[in-house]
Amino acid sequence: MELVVASAIGVLTAGGVYLVLRLRAFPVILGLSLLSYAVNVFIFSSGQLAVNLPPILQKYGEASYTDPLPQALVLTAIVISFGMTAVLVMIAIGAFLDSGTDRVNVSRDNSDPEDPVK
Amino acid sequence: MSHWIIAPIILPALLAPILGYVMRHDVTIARIGSIAGTIAMVAISAGLFASAAGGDITVYRLGDWPAPFGIVLVLDRLSALMVLLTSVLALIVLIHAVATNWDAKGVHFHALFQFQLMGIAGAFLTGDVFNLFVFFEVLLIASYGLMIHSGGRQRMRAGLQYVVMNLAGSTLFLFALGTLYASTGTLNIADLAVRLQQIPVEEAGIVRVAAMLLMIVFAVKAALFPVQFWLPGAYSNAPAPVAALFAIMTKVGAYAILRVHNVVFGPDIEATGDMAGLWLFAAAIVTVAIGAIGVLGARRLLPLIAFSVLGSMGTLMLAIAAFTPGATTAALYYLVHSTFAAAALFLVADLIVKRRPGDSLTTLPATVQNGLFAALFFGAAIGMAGMPPLSGFLGKLFVLDNLRAPGQMAWAWSAVLAGSLVTVVGFARAGSALFWKSTAFVLPENTVTESEEEEEVPITHEPARAWEVAPTMAAIGALAALSVFAGPAARYLEATSDQIIDRTGYVAAVLSNPDGLKPYPKPHDAEDGGYEGDIAAKDDDHTTGEAH
Repeated sequence: MELVVASAIGVLTAGGVYLVLRLRAFPVILGLSLLSYAVNVFIFSSGQLAVNLPPILQKYGEASYTDPLPQALVLTAIVISFGMTAVLVMIAIGAFLDSGTDRVNVSRDNSDPEDPVK
Repeated sequence: MSHWIIAPIILPALLAPILGYVMRHDVTIARIGSIAGTIAMVAISAGLFASAAGGDITVYRLGDWPAPFGIVLVLDRLSALMVLLTSVLALIVLIHAVATNWDAKGVHFHALFQFQLMGIAGAFLTGDVFNLFVFFEVLLIASYGLMIHSGGRQRMRAGLQYVVMNLAGSTLFLFALGTLYASTGTLNIADLAVRLQQIPVEEAGIVRVAAMLLMIVFAVKAALFPVQFWLPGAYSNAPAPVAALFAIMTKVGAYAILRVHNVVFGPDIEATGDMAGLWLFAAAIVTVAIGAIGVLGARRLLPLIAFSVLGSMGTLMLAIAAFTPGATTAALYYLVHSTFAAAALFLVADLIVKRRPGDSLTTLPATVQNGLFAALFFGAAIGMAGMPPLSGFLGKLFVLDNLRAPGQMAWAWSAVLAGSLVTVVGFARAGSALFWKSTAFVLPENTVTESEEEEEVPITHEPARAWEVAPTMAAIGALAALSVFAGPAARYLEATSDQIIDRTGYVAAVLSNPDGLKPYPKPHDAEDGGYEGDIAAKDDDHTTGEAH
């Protein structure tokens, strides 16, 4: 199971980094989403991976339990990344409508000769 | 338990929705509400500052849960100083924004402004690294809105870049926190400090990764090389009052390094050693150089100021990287100074740029009140560049005086001194182009003025009213006051840096339990259960957690 989770985090991160390094807004947003999925799984596994165990203490604390804190952390992280992605999409749309291009880099001069949209 | 500690977070958090939902239709009411709230925040943080000045560390337990389990807010000299600095700066910036009508150029300026204050105050007060992440997000999401306030093509694109950069930084922050939790099993700063001391060097690999990841995240916020590249674009395209407020945002990163890398990953901790200081020092040297070269090479006024902010962050980080009491005192002095200097520069630039077509440093006919603007710019520029008599000179002298270690001195002194010289030249060139040559300049008939923001920005030719100039003067006045009262300020900051470096005092204050609750119940032993994964460091620290 460690192998599955670890390679999933790795693949998501690699894909996310690749997409973030694109110049266009849409791939960058997708890449950031992939990165946030990767980090959510990563946080989830930071409290050790356990199967079929409750995230609460049993009576007298003798039985095993899975660490509940990463689950709380990951919930916070999911909510925040969800809200941030929504803001990012809105700002990207605003930037596209204002400037007529979805390129992420800020060019020195305002004319983008190779930009097909203009 | 005093409830005033949480007031700097609660007050803007409650005020912002009221401003956003109830007062948004009437700009006058929104202005009154926002300014009144910020004045109240200055008063509250002054009170907190006075109560922390005695040296007590006050802990506010949210939900009354004891420290390692619940989230705590910690008020010590450092956090009180930072919150006071934030609120005073916010008041200055807010008055400028209202006086120059910036706040009416888009919607929800005041609500976003208050949310921004909430995030910054929370980041300074919290005693939990995950909570620090949450407050970082609060201040960032408000800053995204403020950054693109009033719109415009160039600003929207710079805003998009700023958001993307910071979202990537946030993801990295979460990776760092996950690594830290996996290796220590806690996220409370004081508890982390205890556990880090118990991790032996040979098992410290993961912790070192977490320490470096956290340092990179804070370096993104503080705009250190090699993650400094977002700052010039963001600051020079943000509305000028917002850029002035952002002067405190880079300091949030500096504060986080000061706090976390002193208390948790301090240089005397075996697991991490002086690794953080070495990397910070090298990065800070390069940042100073980039800032200075950027100031010299800038062809527009706002990027020039943004690069000078970058240079000042480099100087600040040089002092922080030393991790000695003296250098930390110098860093705190320079931190207060550079916040006001950067704000003053952005505010005066706003007054000038409004009266010129664009902010390019070309010679154009003089604007109204050329002498006044020249004097203000001159004052703010000598503060930022580090010339006497303002506090920039004392701050840099203070920093250099404390960087005398053999491997340090040559690099730090030459970087700061050469950087200052180049910055002085850059500012002098900008000032002479803007104010001096322009008095004898008549626009030739057939010249087309090169204007980078050819869009909607209207040029006013009205003289600035007293209210518009007052915030800039207040910021420069703060520099002068910091220079005049350098002795008392340095003594206070010396006590502050002693408190930062005194790890045991912080840990004892946060982890103490006046109610007699047991700080650590019997930790559950993970080894006998059905865990499939078995991380050795985690099990170790369960047993060490029991020990105290």
